[in-house]
Amino acid sequence: MTSQTQTKTTNNKISSYLMLIILIVVALAVVALFLAVQTFIEGGSDNQLAAIMLAGIGLIALAIAGFLIHQSRKQAAEVKLEIPKVMTIIECQNKGCNNKTIREFQRGDYVFKELDVTCPKCNGRQMITAAYKEIREKEKTYAV
Amino acid sequence: MSLIPGSDSTIFQVFNLVLYVFFIGFIFYGQKLQMYIMIREVENSLHKLRITKDEGRKIALDTINEIGKPTTDPSARVDRCLDYFTIGPQGMDPQGIVYKLDHILDVRDDRLKEEVRLLAPQVINDEVQINNLENTLEAAMALNYIYKVVRHYYIQGRKTMSLYVIMQLQMILPMVMKEAEAYASALKAFAYGQPIGDSIGPLIASKLMYGQEVRKVPKDCVVATVPFEGRTALVLKAEGPGGNVGKPGDAIEAVIEEQQGKLACLIMIDAGLKLEGEMVGEVSEGIGSAIGGPGVDAFKIEEKITKYKIRNYAIIVKEDIGDAVSPMRKEINDAADKVIERVRDMVKERTKEGDTVLIVGVGNSIGVGQ
Ligand SMILES: [Zn+2]
Repeated sequence: MTSQTQTKTTNNKISSYLMLIILIVVALAVVALFLAVQTFIEGGSDNQLAAIMLAGIGLIALAIAGFLIHQSRKQAAEVKLEIPKVMTIIECQNKGCNNKTIREFQRGDYVFKELDVTCPKCNGRQMITAAYKEIREKEKTYAV
Repeated sequence: MSLIPGSDSTIFQVFNLVLYVFFIGFIFYGQKLQMYIMIREVENSLHKLRITKDEGRKIALDTINEIGKPTTDPSARVDRCLDYFTIGPQGMDPQGIVYKLDHILDVRDDRLKEEVRLLAPQVINDEVQINNLENTLEAAMALNYIYKVVRHYYIQGRKTMSLYVIMQLQMILPMVMKEAEAYASALKAFAYGQPIGDSIGPLIASKLMYGQEVRKVPKDCVVATVPFEGRTALVLKAEGPGGNVGKPGDAIEAVIEEQQGKLACLIMIDAGLKLEGEMVGEVSEGIGSAIGGPGVDAFKIEEKITKYKIRNYAIIVKEDIGDAVSPMRKEINDAADKVIERVRDMVKERTKEGDTVLIVGVGNSIGVGQ
């Protein structure tokens, strides 16, 4: 029930400064991982510990690099403008009829407008009694 | 000198050295890195703002073309309107500043309306459409302005490479974005003439005055005399269904003078900003002049009620800034009947039979007739 407008852009150049940092981090990560493998092959309990630490450093560095790239590419994400539909509520003015019609809002509608179209049930006069949108998704609440 | 136990080969030493260099580098350049991340964040928001602003301009132009049927291309004139500014009165000597501000706002409003009339010759005499177009244009103006201000601080931050300029911008950005989103949804509502959250005041007033004869009061307001619980209620609202807030200050002044100050009480109904955690459509009661805007109306009302010692009560329907300017939510619409019950109780408890009370539905009367 929502109409969406999407716009995409291809503006995702990364500043050279950030790129340099990312390159250094990636290089370090690769060296660390390489060393980890080498140490692990050499064997020994001491070396095993060293291998695990090196692998940890390498993975963290890779994660940092990934995060930085993600940060700078976020801009390419699409921008959405969501506009929920507004409904017009039309009620028959005849007492005891209570016929209620709901339709989409049209230009020219306003609350308390008397319509030319008569009630389909009793031919009585009809009036717009409300115009509103319904938001279905619940707002996030924080228990305090 | 080794970070890793049991490793003394040359390659490890080189690795350690690189780690230290990197660590020390971060001490000096960490802040810069942080700043780059912040700049990136601001850039993303700015990009979003630009799209919203362009979309706003497009909606305004489309609406003008559709309703106004201009003979020439309106885009140049619309762009000029979007850059429109208002200089507030000088406040060095505040004596009489309210009336200066009032005058400036009147001129601004008239000027914008003239501009819209030139843009939309088709509906030159249709006050409703002119008002709606003016509101649409105003929302587009607000979006344009927000974009320009954020862009200004962004560029200034990049030029000076000052963490503090960027940081200040980044800190208020979530609120700025929320406001921009609100104006974006307001645009659509204004373009179509849909009631917005702020229309709850006039909506309640309309419900109270329904079926009674209505007369116009200055400026752009209507008032009806309604028999209400054995009392006489004068119900006042901005004239609808065009987008219009009227000047309730002037209207209330006029009505109070008309009654020579003989009013048991003044009840103002308005949409009020909710705090986070409060529910949309919550009704709450208080005292004072429940009216927003630059304060001109509140000032005039307070002057009058103080002169005649009229008690002023307020009832507000809670909503946030986004709800206030976007199409009315069901929760807000449903609050109308609750407010009417409160008004009924208030009048019964605080006034005597035969009294006259003034009930004002404050807000933009867009999409609400009478
Ligand atoms: Zn019927």
